[in-house]
Amino acid sequence: MTSEISLLRLATAGSVDDGKSTLVGRLLHDCKAVFADQLDAVERVSRERGLSGADLALLTDGLRAEREQGITIDVAYRYFATPRRRFILADTPGHVQYTRNMVTGASTAQLAVVLVDARNGVVEQTRRHAAVAALLRVPHVVLAVNKMDLVGYAESVFAPIADEFTAYAARLGAPEVTAIPISALAGDNVVEPSAEMDWYGGPTLLEHLEGVDVEQDPGAHPARFPVQYVLRPQTPGEFRDYRGYAGQLVSGVLHPGEEVVVLPSGQRSTIAGIDRLGEQDVEVAFAPQSVTLRLADDLDVSRGDVIAPVAHAPRVTQDVSATVCHLAARPLRPGDRVLLRHGTRTVKAMVRSLDSRLDIDTLAAEPAPPALSVNEIGRVTLRTAAPLPLDDYTADRRTGSFLLIDESDGATLTAGMVGAPLGTDPGHAAPGQSATGPVAAGV
Amino acid sequence: MSVLTGAPSRLRQSHLDALESEAVHIFRETAAEFERPVLLFSGGKDSILMLHLALKAFWPAPVPFGLLHVDTGHNFDEVIAYRDRTVARHGLRLTVAGVQDYIDDGRLTERPDGTRNPLQTVPLLDAITTNRFDAVFGGGRRDEEKARAKERVFSLRDEFGGWDPRRQRPELWQLYNGRHRVGEHVRVFPLSNWTELDVWQYIEREGIELPEIYFAHEREVFSRDGMWLTAGGWGGPKDGESVERRMVRYRTVGDMSCTGAVDSDAVTIAQVIREVATSTLTERGATRADDKLSEAAMEDRKREGYF
Repeated sequence: MTSEISLLRLATAGSVDDGKSTLVGRLLHDCKAVFADQLDAVERVSRERGLSGADLALLTDGLRAEREQGITIDVAYRYFATPRRRFILADTPGHVQYTRNMVTGASTAQLAVVLVDARNGVVEQTRRHAAVAALLRVPHVVLAVNKMDLVGYAESVFAPIADEFTAYAARLGAPEVTAIPISALAGDNVVEPSAEMDWYGGPTLLEHLEGVDVEQDPGAHPARFPVQYVLRPQTPGEFRDYRGYAGQLVSGVLHPGEEVVVLPSGQRSTIAGIDRLGEQDVEVAFAPQSVTLRLADDLDVSRGDVIAPVAHAPRVTQDVSATVCHLAARPLRPGDRVLLRHGTRTVKAMVRSLDSRLDIDTLAAEPAPPALSVNEIGRVTLRTAAPLPLDDYTADRRTGSFLLIDESDGATLTAGMVGAPLGTDPGHAAPGQSATGPVAAGV
Repeated sequence: MSVLTGAPSRLRQSHLDALESEAVHIFRETAAEFERPVLLFSGGKDSILMLHLALKAFWPAPVPFGLLHVDTGHNFDEVIAYRDRTVARHGLRLTVAGVQDYIDDGRLTERPDGTRNPLQTVPLLDAITTNRFDAVFGGGRRDEEKARAKERVFSLRDEFGGWDPRRQRPELWQLYNGRHRVGEHVRVFPLSNWTELDVWQYIEREGIELPEIYFAHEREVFSRDGMWLTAGGWGGPKDGESVERRMVRYRTVGDMSCTGAVDSDAVTIAQVIREVATSTLTERGATRADDKLSEAAMEDRKREGYF
């Protein structure tokens, strides 16, 4: 039954040297997501390059434009499926200058796969990937310790790497870490269990991806409904007086009869009815459904407003303290005037101050930097021209995130997360946060 | 995560529901942020699916944009009939940009191989400029081809319709940035995350009607470059190519000169889904001569402003 299949969005991080392309190629190939004509092309190119077998990494090879211009497009999306789950994989290049790529890929991911080379263990780049996953609040992190075939499939190599990474990720506040020893090249523990690592009792990577519980209970979060579009047919007949607010419920659950507040105006009303894509008067709407709300009162509601339960409304403010990752070549400086895109609303904003710049490798904070350059992460204070209904990013990834945009050419400059999703002191774990899940064999 | 905190199953979306909600969100964002969107409609299954999603996104209001068909002049009769029925049924505005007109008055020259797919770019860009369309919905999916795998949902195009990888914007969360300068436009791909199988499963679930040629039928075809092409006035078969009657269906619907049929006995959607699920060839690899031109064929056409 197709209705039982769920969707998992994941991001991979790691450099070419870690065997990431081979891993992604292996997942696609072993899940039969690679077709004969694609494989033919891979085999042909492999032969032309003098390789003995098909290089699965070629399945994720770059575009000619990238080679010619010496650039890498931030994210490539791959699709594969098992009978239980459909996967959308955001494949991000992992080199030092591409923090922004992983930030982009991780922003929508429910799970991040961080790859390390078993011969090298946890290196600077691994710590950076862990930090980005934690910063973006990716709910599940998998450490794939690759190239186990080159270290004799030894548990004594795997276990310390798993322990070190898990401890580091826990300090960053990553909610869950699972470490899996694999060989992407030989296929060990990627899709098929390894015959070489009897000491490992956990799932293969694909088994973990299939089984991991990513279905958050929508009822655990207060409802947030950014109004996208006002539907007023104004046609003769049944729907002449219809007025509905179309949007995606980005978190929570809403029912007809519920008391709501429209922000930032603060007007209150009651949900008169919920329609779902042509289906009239549904009993409930839950995130992330696209629905249409009708309100009992004739209010002035328009695109950009947020509808929320009266009892659990977000705060409304013009002063935004946030952690940002700068994405554009031109630096971000104090005093910059930009556009801020939050939910369905775009407002003018000014950079009041750059409060700190974070060294993503050491997590040391440098106070009051003169600018944030591309790929840099820092704390900023912004002032917006109009009030915004905001949540902390740690509470809600959708209503706690925003973009800064260049008003002159429309370029996306900066990705922002309200509050401080990542503590700046790695020495102290936040209370109540610890790593869980099968970390190593014997657990 | 324990079972106790898991959502009750009625508050979970299936993968088709999730893809539907995402596509609807993209349609509504575009309608709200742009002055003059238009939906590319060829009568192919992906464009039919887009229209279906748009109808649902704006219900009970009418779809707030029209359709644009770039007609190669070598379309299947069944598909044109389907297009016209659909436009009439939903009261839609249809703009047709005809490749034939361009050939007739000399602005375009017929290619030696008779293939007209590459000729669509100029009429498409002219139609966008003339009508001042600022957002153009396309049915492209990232699973189709590797140049598509790196495409954004909102893909910025310059005033020549060109796609410059350097100017593409990172897309984070579901915050789509559609700002553009005068003369530029944005291609919007609501089906970015759908696969061919998702499309068919959704078509089945929603009971969407498709042109007959997607299902197995007897047809006079001849073999060229390993594909079954329909004999017709566009220039096939040539000498030495023999016509035969076979049970075939189309996996993609495009210009007759370069869209191949596949041997099939799938006459229902369920049978088509079974066929797609077990196919060993990509849909473009099996049926599109234009993608076989070179390894970077799609990438090259995209940079020039193709769909």
